[in-house]
Amino acid sequence: MAAVTAPAAGTASAAAEGRRDRRSRRNRTRWIGVAFVAPAALYLLVFQLVPVLYGVALSLTEYSPLSRGAPRPVGLANYAALLDDPEFGQALLVTGRYVLMVLPLTVAIALGLALLANRPFRGVGAFRSALYVPHIVSLTVVSMVWLWMYSPDGLFNEWLTGLGLPEQRWLLQEDSALAAASAMRVWKALGSNMVLLLAGLQGIPRELYEAASMDGAGAWNRFRYVTLPGLRPMLTYVVAMDIVYLAQGFAEIYVLTQGGPLGSTTTVNYLIYTEAFQYNSFGSASAMAFVLFALIVSFSGLAVRGISGRKS
Amino acid sequence: MSTTSTPARTAPRAAAAGRGPGRRGAGVTNVVLLATATVLVLIPFLWVVSLAFTPTEDAFGAPQLIPEDPTLGNFGTAWDANLGQALWNTSVVTVVAVLTNVVFATAAGYAFAMLPFRGSTALFYGLVSTAAIPVSVTLIPLFLMAKQFPLAGGNDLLGHGGSGLLDSLGGVVLPYVIGPMNIFLARQYFSAANSDLAEAARIDGAGEVRIFTRIYLPLAKPLLAVVSIFAFTGVWDDFLWPLVVTSSAETQTVQLALARFLTSGNVQYGPLMAGAVLITLPVLAVFLFNQRAFVSGLTDGSVKG
Repeated sequence: MAAVTAPAAGTASAAAEGRRDRRSRRNRTRWIGVAFVAPAALYLLVFQLVPVLYGVALSLTEYSPLSRGAPRPVGLANYAALLDDPEFGQALLVTGRYVLMVLPLTVAIALGLALLANRPFRGVGAFRSALYVPHIVSLTVVSMVWLWMYSPDGLFNEWLTGLGLPEQRWLLQEDSALAAASAMRVWKALGSNMVLLLAGLQGIPRELYEAASMDGAGAWNRFRYVTLPGLRPMLTYVVAMDIVYLAQGFAEIYVLTQGGPLGSTTTVNYLIYTEAFQYNSFGSASAMAFVLFALIVSFSGLAVRGISGRKS
Repeated sequence: MSTTSTPARTAPRAAAAGRGPGRRGAGVTNVVLLATATVLVLIPFLWVVSLAFTPTEDAFGAPQLIPEDPTLGNFGTAWDANLGQALWNTSVVTVVAVLTNVVFATAAGYAFAMLPFRGSTALFYGLVSTAAIPVSVTLIPLFLMAKQFPLAGGNDLLGHGGSGLLDSLGGVVLPYVIGPMNIFLARQYFSAANSDLAEAARIDGAGEVRIFTRIYLPLAKPLLAVVSIFAFTGVWDDFLWPLVVTSSAETQTVQLALARFLTSGNVQYGPLMAGAVLITLPVLAVFLFNQRAFVSGLTDGSVKG
C-alpha cells in the first residue's frame, strides 16, 4: 500500500480528486503487481509445491521407474514398513548423532570467533572473510580435501606419527567414521554461523553494556546478562537452520564414506538416495523423505521453542 | 585477500565502532587468538593448493607443504578428465539461473513491496516458506517431472515416450530457476526503498514496468549482487540433483566431474586437488570481489547453503 500513498493533500477538492485518482491507480497497480509476481509464483507452485503433493502421493504407492506400469497404490504400507525397518532406524540414529555431534560444537566455536571478530581492529575484515571461506567452497570439494587428510598417508596420520602416536583409520572403522565426518562439518559450518552471530552481536545496543559496566558487572556477567539475551533471536535462527541443513547431510557422506563402514554413516538422506536411485523403490524412498521432513520440522521447532523461551 | 579487503572493511567498521562490546578496540590476545583460529581453518586449503602442484609420483608418502618440484601436469590431467566440458555445462546452467533469478525473483519481490494486491502478503509468505522444503522431499517427484517434461527429449505433449529433461542441461537447471529466498531478499530490500520516486514517475506517466526496470532496478545493485551470488553458488556447488538428473559425461556438472575421480579405485590426489582448485576459483573470485555483500547486513538471516 505504501506505493500508492501520496504526500498530504492540499484543498478538499484536490484531496477528493486525488482519492478518486488514487483508487483507479490502485486498481491498475493491483493487476500489474500480479503480473510481476506471476512468473515466480507459477514456477514455485509447479516446481516446489506440486512436487510435495506428488511426493505424498508417491509415498502411498509402490513404484519402480524401471517398470512399465503405473505406481501401485498401497496406502500407508510404506510408512508401516519403515516402523520396523532396521536400516531406516539406524539411518535416523546416525542422522541424529551427526546433528548432535556437529551442532553444539560448531555453534560454540562460531560464537567464540564472532566475539573475537567483533572487536574493531585493522584487518579484522580479512579475518572474517578468511573464516568464511570454508562456507564458500562446495561441500563436495571440502569433503575431498578431508578425504585426503583422513587417508592413510594424509595430514592427520602425519601429525600423529610426528607426535609418536599410532596411525588411525579414521573413515574406515565403524566407531570413528561418523565422528570424522562430523569434524569436517563442524569446520565447514563455522564461517556462516560466525557471520550470522556477528550480525547478532552488532545488533546489541552499546548502552546495555555501558549500563551493565556502571552497575559493576564483570566480563562474565556482561556476557551472561547482556550478550546472550541480546543474541537470542540470531542464536535461535542459527541453531534451527543448522538442524535443517545438517539433518540433510548427503554430499559429504557420498564423498567420504559412501555410507559405510557397515552403514555407520548412512544418513537418512543417503539412504533415500540409495533406496530411490539404486534400488528403484520410489514409493518407500518418498515415505522416508516425509518422515525426515516431519522430524526436521519438529526438532527445529523444538529448538526454536527451547532457545527463544516459552512465549506466553 | 587481506590487501583487497582491508580498506573496504575498516571504513564502515570505524564508523560503526560505537556499536557492540568492542568499542575499546581489540587487545593483543584477541588478535592472536583470531589469527590462530584463521590459520587453523585455512590449513586444509593450503594443502589443496600444495597437492595440486605436487607430481603424482611424490603424492604418496610424507606430504610436503611446498612441493619439491612443482608441476602443472595435474591440471592437464584434471582438464582431460572431462573437467573442461563440465565447466562449460555448469557455466551455462549458472548463467541461466542467475538471469532468471535476477529478473523474476527481484520483480516478484519488488511487487510484494511496492505494488501490493489483495492477498499478496499471504502469497509472499506462501512462496517464501517453500524454501523450508527439504531437497529429499522434492528430489524424486522432480526427477519424475523432469522425465515426463512435455515436448522435451522425445516426449509427446503428455510427457510420454522419451526421456524428457533427464540428462540435459535443461533438467539440471530445473530446481534453480527461482530461489524463494531471493524473493524474500528482494522484498526486504524494496520495502526499505523510497516510494516517492515511483510516485513522481507515475505522475509523469511512466508505466510500472518502466519504473521498475529504469528507476528501481539500477538503484538496487547490492540486491542484484547478493541475488546473483546466491543463485551462482547454489547452482555451482550443488551435488545431489545433478547426480540424480544427469547420466552422461556430456551433461556432467563440475562437482560431479570431480567426484568421478573417486570412483577410479585408487584415488589420484594430485589431479583431484587440481580439479578442486579449478572449480573453486570462480566461486572464490566472486566471493572476494563481493565480500561486503556476503558479510554485510543485507544477507543477515540468509547466508546459508
